[in-house]
Amino acid sequence: MLPSTKRRASRRLLTVGAGVVAVALALTACSSGSGSNSSSGGDKNYKITFLPKNLGNPYFDTSDKGGETAITSFKGTYNQVGPSTATADAQVSYINTLTQQQVGAIVLSANDPTALGSALTQAKSAGVKIVTFDSDTDAKYRDVFVNQATAEGIAKVQVDIITKEIGDSGEIAILSAAANATNQNAWIDLMKKDLAANHPNVKLVDTVYGNDDDQTSFDKTAALLQTHPDLKGIISPTTVGVAAAARYLSTSDAKGKVKLTGLGTPNQMREFVKDGTVDEFALWNPEDLGYLAAFTAKALIDGTITGKKGDSFEAGKLGKFTVGDNNTVLLGDPYVFNKDNIDKFNF
Amino acid sequence: MTGIDTAATTAAPRTYPDYSRPLWQRWTLTRETAVIGALIVVAVVASVVVPNFGTTVTLGFLLLDVTPILMIALPMTFVIVSGEIDLSVASTLGLSSVLLGVLTKAGWPIEAAMVACLVVGLLAGAVNGFLVTVVGLPSLAVTIGTLALFRGVAVGLLGTTAITDFPFFWQNLVQMRFGTSGIPVVMVLVVVLIIVFAVVLHATPYGRGLFALGLSKETAAFSGVNVARTKFIAFMLTGLISALAGIYWTLRYGSARGDNATGLELSVIAAVLLGGVSIFGGKGALHGVVAGVLLIGVLQSALRLANVSSDAINIITGVLLIVSVLSPRVLAWFKASRATRRRTLT
Amino acid sequence: MTAPTITPPAPAPAGPSAASRIFRSFTRARETGILAALIIVIAVTTAINPGFLFSPDGWRDLLLTPAILALVAIGQAIVIITRNVDLSVGSVVGLTAYLTGQLFVGIPGIPIILVFVIGALAGGLLGLVNGALVAYGKVPALVITLGTLYAYRGINVLWAGSNRINASDVPSAFLNLGTGSFLSIPYLTILALVVLLVAGWYLRNRRGGRELYAIGSDPAAAELYGLKVTRRVLTAFVLSGALAGLAGVLFVARYGTVSSQTGTGLELQAVGAAVIGGVAIFGGSGSVYGAALGAMLLLTINRALPILGIQDFWQQAVVGVLIIGAIVLDRVLALRLSRRLVAEREVGA
Repeated sequence: MLPSTKRRASRRLLTVGAGVVAVALALTACSSGSGSNSSSGGDKNYKITFLPKNLGNPYFDTSDKGGETAITSFKGTYNQVGPSTATADAQVSYINTLTQQQVGAIVLSANDPTALGSALTQAKSAGVKIVTFDSDTDAKYRDVFVNQATAEGIAKVQVDIITKEIGDSGEIAILSAAANATNQNAWIDLMKKDLAANHPNVKLVDTVYGNDDDQTSFDKTAALLQTHPDLKGIISPTTVGVAAAARYLSTSDAKGKVKLTGLGTPNQMREFVKDGTVDEFALWNPEDLGYLAAFTAKALIDGTITGKKGDSFEAGKLGKFTVGDNNTVLLGDPYVFNKDNIDKFNF
Repeated sequence: MTGIDTAATTAAPRTYPDYSRPLWQRWTLTRETAVIGALIVVAVVASVVVPNFGTTVTLGFLLLDVTPILMIALPMTFVIVSGEIDLSVASTLGLSSVLLGVLTKAGWPIEAAMVACLVVGLLAGAVNGFLVTVVGLPSLAVTIGTLALFRGVAVGLLGTTAITDFPFFWQNLVQMRFGTSGIPVVMVLVVVLIIVFAVVLHATPYGRGLFALGLSKETAAFSGVNVARTKFIAFMLTGLISALAGIYWTLRYGSARGDNATGLELSVIAAVLLGGVSIFGGKGALHGVVAGVLLIGVLQSALRLANVSSDAINIITGVLLIVSVLSPRVLAWFKASRATRRRTLT
Repeated sequence: MTAPTITPPAPAPAGPSAASRIFRSFTRARETGILAALIIVIAVTTAINPGFLFSPDGWRDLLLTPAILALVAIGQAIVIITRNVDLSVGSVVGLTAYLTGQLFVGIPGIPIILVFVIGALAGGLLGLVNGALVAYGKVPALVITLGTLYAYRGINVLWAGSNRINASDVPSAFLNLGTGSFLSIPYLTILALVVLLVAGWYLRNRRGGRELYAIGSDPAAAELYGLKVTRRVLTAFVLSGALAGLAGVLFVARYGTVSSQTGTGLELQAVGAAVIGGVAIFGGSGSVYGAALGAMLLLTINRALPILGIQDFWQQAVVGVLIIGAIVLDRVLALRLSRRLVAEREVGA
């Protein structure tokens, strides 16, 4: 064969390669149009990115929307990134990317208290402010933690509801999120203490993990009912878990006989409250939580607060907040939903 | 029989060096050069188009991200060149990661735990090697089974919890960079590995044996290649390096989890095939593989910085994989149709 | 030259009647072994916890949970029989599940049967891409389907973003299909059974089906014999995609929620189910009945583990052991069979 043919063949390969590159860059062009606009907040870096535990979680959709409202109100740049499964190493990749992108602040809900440590430390040394909300990391890795309510209050309200519904005696189980999740684990520990101290006839027989994945939580609920035929109540302190458990219970024989409560969003739980699967459940307003977290980030970027106890700042329509112990800001108290008040809410 | 034979591989393209072409052409106008060229083009364009891409910070993170894939791609090249495949590498990585966590938590000094992990990696590779060479099973099926088995043991040992307490010294070492250049210190280890594997593959009888096996098992056996031992060693190497990558992964991300690096084997195979190694065995070069890994790494890093979600980035990887495997076929078809046309004209 | 004498075969021993021959092939069949294992697992678990089998929920879940995997495993078996593999089925299931949800959201009042048809067609189209690349490109299916696994999942994520389909987006009649039963057998299981019977009959009794076995046993010989190899391989992949598409629709009916990650990892479970069910990974033997039984065995073991007191974290390890055990067993049996055939041939000569 002629040498010219071979050269042509190799050139064809390079053309193919360039074609693929062109496709890749076209994708880049399509998306970078939507991602980063120039920040117009003077010379302050108001590029704030929300990094929830995972994307596709209605709870975080709501909280991050609250953050977006806040950020547009002070003319910052809002962005939301996150992994599809609630794991810590996926979050590390995103934190690294955000460090490279030199954002002003990262607002995150952590999948693990310590695993994100070195990535967050690198981000902090590059000048990025770190605000945790909903689920904390160890205090040394972040500047401020915005907590929705005290952990004791959240644990107590769920234990109170379930023990009331099962007549304060019997077996209960917990359907949690990911096994390492800081917030759920803190609440579960407090629930166990509360049960031991105040409800001696109620026995916690099992804790299973649904990983904030709908199908896993659904299947784990089925497994719980199979393995513990005398189960009387389930607590699910995660919005994905309680929605999946409610959906399984409402089509099974255990509906009404096994009581379910936990932390749920009104929109997901409405039909189950109305059809009797669930009587009461609790939450707070995640939109307010995201809103407050965004303003906390702004205050840190402005230098209004440094995160130590006693600092105070303005958080838009929510008013004035003061940093408390352990560099934590508290939103308020949990709210109990039931079929009388659930129609008043839309999130 | 190989594990990758499909219904229509009777016309597998076997390319032999064409001594009618001048040496400089044989050495430069190759598949590997195309990949290296593509890598340079993408890197240059990305640093111009994507904000924040062309910085030392980004380079450092890119190299850290790419290290496990690069490490595992080296022995994987051996395995694929010899005509087999190993899908269990990511599971061995996960197993080694879990073991590191469990042993450290049980009080072992971390150095001893690392050695134990490497030994377990060797054993895992030996299991694969045994089933393929002694029992005679196809490597595709075996490694699908060990993929599930090793991952299952890893998840079984830890459940869905993660162990995150590792000595700060090691975690820091893994992430440390050389001064302000942004290049991580672990690259020293990676470069050493690349040199060693390249020498073994291209300049030792063992490496020639791998190529011979991939081209024709019977001929290789009659030529004096110890088929069983060659393949066995190749599988043990993938096990060992996957375990090493597991140690790196655990220290870099600071958490030992049963599901670490799930799906990584696909990235490794995609990079190896992109780098010019033929899936049928018998052809390939390590510089192409390194370029392939870096190309995918650069693309992913640039797209991530441009806020394209990493799952969507997978479309690129998938398309690249298909293109890289189809292009030799398409080229062969072109040549054949040209030859036929010339024949009918004369 | 005298023609070699052909010794007439010795008269068959006057023993095995048709009935006992059928019985013997039944007991020797690989599928029977799987069925026996399944019955043992159910029996042991029910002994510990009678609710596993004898409660309405237990009976329903026993039959319902494997239905989706069984469909995918049947398609996978068809492909594996031709000596290929289809790793993209998980992504196909995810894509068609999301498509199903979007159909219900975008076209309110769409007839449910139409959704089933569209789902299967969409899956078939995705399978067609695989089949074309494998059959015409003559590239190993492992690599092609690896690439399409990535590509389809990426398309799914680009399309869905972080949106989900929730149970409230889907008509309740459709969801009832997913959890309801007819004469105590869940609708989805009936659907899977029908598909299984049709596929099994086609593979055994139709020429197209039997040619798949020929292609898997020896592709070169099949080509020389004149079989339309490209067309058959193409059909096999289209079927696998269509069944995966159908499984995606069923997924929405059963679980009601779809995210961009739906179906991840399903392909390995399907290959595992097929291999455990006796479908040889190098093609040419096995049956879809085995694959469906393998799917049922796999998922029943998963559900039985917590009751047996084993943390369900170990279920993937169990799957791995089963797969390796199955292929080792197949290899041992194949060796023994070939030795027996060689011995018979030598005795005859």
